[in-house]
Amino acid sequence: MKNKKYINLRFIVLLSLGIVIFSACEREFSDDVEFAEFPPNGDVFIDAFSAGLDYFPFVDAGADPEAFSVETNEVFAGDASMRFDVPSFGNGFVGATFNTTAQRDLSGFDALTFYAKASQAASIDAVGFGISGETGNRFQVTLNGLGVSTRWQKYIIPIPNATNLTSETGLFWLAEGASFEGDEGGYVLFFDEIQFEKLGTVAQPSPAIFSGEDLTEQTFTGSTSTVTGLTQTFNLSSGENVTVQAAPSYFNFESSDTDVAQVNELGEIAIVGEGTAVITALLGGVAARGSLEITSGGGLEAAPTPTVPEANVSSIFSDAYTNATESNFTPGFGGSTTETTMISANGNAVLSYVNNNFTGILFENTVDGTNRTTLHMDIFAQEPGVSFEVQIRDVGANQMIETDVNTGFPTEDDRDFRFTVNGLTVGEWNSIDIPLDGDIASQKNNLGALILVGGPNFLLDNIYFFTE
Amino acid sequence: MDKERINQIRIPVLGLLMILFVGCATEDTQTVANFTSQITMQDEFDTDGAPNGNVWGFDIGTGENGWGNNELQYYTNRTENVKVENGVLLITAQREDFEGSSFTSARLLTKDRFEQAFGRFEARIRLPYGQGMWPAFWMLGADIDENPWPAAGEIDIMEYRGQNPSVLIGSVHGPGYSGGNAISKEFELLNDRFDTSFHVFGVEWSPDAVNFYVDDVLYNQITREDVTGTWVFDKPFFILMNLAVGGTFVGSPNTETVFPQSMLVDYVRVYENTNVR
Repeated sequence: MKNKKYINLRFIVLLSLGIVIFSACEREFSDDVEFAEFPPNGDVFIDAFSAGLDYFPFVDAGADPEAFSVETNEVFAGDASMRFDVPSFGNGFVGATFNTTAQRDLSGFDALTFYAKASQAASIDAVGFGISGETGNRFQVTLNGLGVSTRWQKYIIPIPNATNLTSETGLFWLAEGASFEGDEGGYVLFFDEIQFEKLGTVAQPSPAIFSGEDLTEQTFTGSTSTVTGLTQTFNLSSGENVTVQAAPSYFNFESSDTDVAQVNELGEIAIVGEGTAVITALLGGVAARGSLEITSGGGLEAAPTPTVPEANVSSIFSDAYTNATESNFTPGFGGSTTETTMISANGNAVLSYVNNNFTGILFENTVDGTNRTTLHMDIFAQEPGVSFEVQIRDVGANQMIETDVNTGFPTEDDRDFRFTVNGLTVGEWNSIDIPLDGDIASQKNNLGALILVGGPNFLLDNIYFFTE
Repeated sequence: MDKERINQIRIPVLGLLMILFVGCATEDTQTVANFTSQITMQDEFDTDGAPNGNVWGFDIGTGENGWGNNELQYYTNRTENVKVENGVLLITAQREDFEGSSFTSARLLTKDRFEQAFGRFEARIRLPYGQGMWPAFWMLGADIDENPWPAAGEIDIMEYRGQNPSVLIGSVHGPGYSGGNAISKEFELLNDRFDTSFHVFGVEWSPDAVNFYVDDVLYNQITREDVTGTWVFDKPFFILMNLAVGGTFVGSPNTETVFPQSMLVDYVRVYENTNVR
């Protein structure tokens, strides 16, 4: 007790001394000192919307705009808090950003802090700041899976590198909803005293790219990829490490050989020549864990030219044959993350699949495979471990794809045969022949689609059915 | 009594500390030590290599039962664990299998080399962080071989848990008030931490009291009346500096604890108490 008083008194002395010195310095400022362009106001929502703040629900994405309200009973401090009514499964979600009309200078702070509680224990899918249409979310920060309890508690979201935040409008955003039947939903979430603070205890930065892993990739000139797994981790005064997803623009990316690979501010990598380059990054002068060693063999070689006589072939995608049918290569299945593009390999068109979870090649007309025995594909894998499943689908007499949405298996008159492609040699074309076996051995007169599951990254060429 | 201590306010500028101290010390009957700046031991760690053998010895190994605290490290005097470089002493904890232990580190002590009763003992240190890191700057009674702990007495100028990077603990241990019953106090840095920059940790020790400092802040005074046993702080003590890993006080490191990590010591200085009241 005695010592507490002593310290308090001492702090007052310190404080007043600080003020004296500060005001003394202030008079010394010369005319050409550059002041921050925008106000260094850290308030977001204390007891009301701070200056210029507005509510922008993610309505286009399916968020419920009515989910947010200002609460006056359940508050941590003062007389108002933010209230979000999280809908039950199937009724939309809570999703919004709170932005200011005038930019703020947040470079003097080190964290966004707030108090939060919920009507039941919950894990918030995403919460952060830096969503801003004008800048393409250039400095977006996301904390995933923030656990909140039924008691008010303070939470800290560190700023990856505050020097970037001299003109921000996106001060707070969140997304939370029931993503499946049985997931938490139908509860209430409260936030109070939301503000940017200079805590002084956000320390020991440990940034990462590629989730801290050292990866390798075999690729070719003209291809592109993206730096993924971008995070910043800080140690807080509680001893806890907090990791946030940080937008690419917080990082300074480097390529060890810009004649081989170049990487821009958005973490987009372009392969421009033959050789080996290592992609690394710095965040706020601290080397990020993780890297990507890219070996480019120069221009992509064409896949081997097919030798099967045209009369024995029903072709889906090949420069060597006339197509048996036109196909839709970008069916846009819900939940698909796949990017499919057509690129050129030494003058030949090839299909590039990036970040594939599942997609398909949908034939516009069915192919009668009665006399065909085999499906051929040429596959190019750029990194070790590429593995995906090919599902050859016969859509039956009704010519419709019929699938059980829960299991993914064919229903009604549909049949399929599933084959896993793996063990590929990296950095060259692999020719694979898949027999028309299993359930389609006896029903292949209405071949209608190829479904591709997994990968995640590969190239395809010379996709055709043939007779052995 | 308490009020009188509170009344003693010093302007928080380290360079002015001694001068202003004299100014304040004459008022009232407060029991803070009062001494001039007569330096008796000083190591600025300016010569690269091993620490000065005239000042510092080492404890090697795991002691008994992890130095009595179930500590996990094996202490060595290898350069991997202790060296002077670029003007600082580095005491480095490594995660490695060594002589049956999973960690190595170092513990330096001035036993039989430098021992002193009373005075100001201070060191400027930057600490490591993370679960299970346990650095300390402390003293033991020089008669410990004849008069085993806790009777010999212990003054912990600084100890700290890596998982509480803003909190320092200062304590005295003696007969009847040792281990979990030590006379102890925590000090929390406001808006700052001990692992991001150097801080000065010190005690000013007089026959009747030990004052505990961080930088320019006096955060505790322990007097004869405060201890719950015999006052044993009236004889020479020696200095220890170490970086322990794990043990009862801090718990074991976890997967997030960063290794290797160092405790950086810029200097150790001891001043004589020439004007004991």
